[in-house]
Amino acid sequence: MLEVSLKHAFAGFTLDAQFHAPPGVTVLFGRSGSGKTTIINAVAGLLLPDQGRIAAGDWVLLDTKTGRRLRPHKRRIGYIFQEGRLFPHLSVRQNLGYGTWFAPKDAPREDMGRIVDLLGLGALLDRRPGALSGGEKQRVAIGRALLSAPKLILADEPLAALDEARKAEILPYLERLRDEVNIPILYVSHAASEVARLATTVIAIEAGRVVAHGPAAQVLGDPAILPAGAREAGALITARVVCHHDDGLSELEANGIVLFLPQLAHAPGTQLRLRIAAHDVILSRHRPEGLSALNILPGLVQDIRAGAGPGAIVAIDTVAGRVLARVTRRSATALGLAPGVGVHAIVKSVSVAPGDVGGTAGS
Amino acid sequence: MSDWLGPAEWQAVALSLRVSFWATLFSLPFGIFVAYALARWSFPGKQIVNGLVHLPLILPPVVTGYLLLLSFGTRGPIGGVLAEWGIVFAFRWSGAALAAAIMAFPLMVRAIRLSIEAVDPKLEQAAATLGAPPAWVFVTVTLPMALPGIVAGTILAFAKAMGEFGATITFVSNIPGETRTIPSAIYAFLQVPGGEGAALRLVIVAVVVAMAALLLSEVFARRVASRVGGQ
Repeated sequence: MLEVSLKHAFAGFTLDAQFHAPPGVTVLFGRSGSGKTTIINAVAGLLLPDQGRIAAGDWVLLDTKTGRRLRPHKRRIGYIFQEGRLFPHLSVRQNLGYGTWFAPKDAPREDMGRIVDLLGLGALLDRRPGALSGGEKQRVAIGRALLSAPKLILADEPLAALDEARKAEILPYLERLRDEVNIPILYVSHAASEVARLATTVIAIEAGRVVAHGPAAQVLGDPAILPAGAREAGALITARVVCHHDDGLSELEANGIVLFLPQLAHAPGTQLRLRIAAHDVILSRHRPEGLSALNILPGLVQDIRAGAGPGAIVAIDTVAGRVLARVTRRSATALGLAPGVGVHAIVKSVSVAPGDVGGTAGS
Repeated sequence: MSDWLGPAEWQAVALSLRVSFWATLFSLPFGIFVAYALARWSFPGKQIVNGLVHLPLILPPVVTGYLLLLSFGTRGPIGGVLAEWGIVFAFRWSGAALAAAIMAFPLMVRAIRLSIEAVDPKLEQAAATLGAPPAWVFVTVTLPMALPGIVAGTILAFAKAMGEFGATITFVSNIPGETRTIPSAIYAFLQVPGGEGAALRLVIVAVVVAMAALLLSEVFARRVASRVGGQ
């Protein structure tokens, strides 16, 4: 388990963060400028913090008290940068092999052929980075980091520079990475949908401080913690695929509640992680009738958080799990919403975030 | 061509090529080192080092030559020590190479420094995170990516060394077969009646060599740039 404790003062900004990252994907989640990249640069050794200790067991990367400070090239870290940072003068094959030249001979290493297959790089090996698309570049960058026999992988918003289509292209590879490669991953993101799909653990960062830390569903379902703002808020629930209907819908079940989603490719019985964005949820005090929405979850209001603007985030505990809804403060008052009040959450759309939350592997 | 050039002229051409070749070869590692230090490091006295490197570009060449004579002459502080080891620059072809190297150094450093500054330090960081020690980062990332500038700087320095006159003639004089390079030879031929023909032939050689150097650097830099550019 990686343990990180950092203090660093910039002009007008102080970073003071302590956290530990259990196995799996730990996402540092927060707005741009909250200090996430500073944290992973300190882990990589690209930035020397004023004070801090970074260690995994007896493998100490940095300890300002004892003066221990490993140089970046001795840290055995695979860093996936936002802009790829492939070497333009080397072919894809040489880029992938770069880290293997320097890895200790006895280090457990990934097989080049397996990584090439996993990331779908077979057809690109003899090309140069200049001839690759943005998505292809990021896949090569991921492979290059993996093949350097790292003990830890750092990813700094590896999808941020890509458009939606390219993101959708890379996300499944990152999921396979999480599920098939046994290396802890520290992942920086400000996109809630990415966090929902990838995170095992979420560490919410605000203005250089850790404001929440825990399993993904718990942190994302807390209306007090909206590191990316109310606009991005959304909760995670876990559901099981029941069957697929002829009319193009798939039936899912979440602890007794039936949900319908557009046809999924997953086999009946598969556990899925579903993300319900707060802005896709409408609230009603009574069970609505004559409504086109198919997915309605009854529950009790647990908490209401009013923001600076006209909006508020309402947390509703349903038997399927915690759901967040974004409503106006005016509506919250008109409906008489308060903790303990019974409501129906009407969900306009649900996105699937395949994951392994408390169940079998989703993808 | 040896018929066309007289023996004295041919001697000057061969000497110029030898002097320039060794001047460029020996100053290249220093040039890369100084260019890298100026591009990447911050250290006290950096501006002074930068000024010293560029000084030969601005000083009258005669002054540079005289300073070389003072310090590298057999009785000079550096030349005296080197002479005890049997290394003598004064009035030797090796002194002509030293003078040419010093005079060409600013041009070389300038070109290489610009190309190193153009290498994104983020790529060097990426190499470090992949386990490459600093020296390997330099050899596998910085150097190949800066290659177009290094090639351009080298060829520019060679051309400059071919044309060096003032510092050379002041430092090592104008001794046929030892320090009489093309420019010194042209100067000498113009001092004697009837030497214009020989001078003109050497002028043609100088122009051809300079043009060839420029074309070569252009072709090579373009080839390297397309490789580094990643197509």
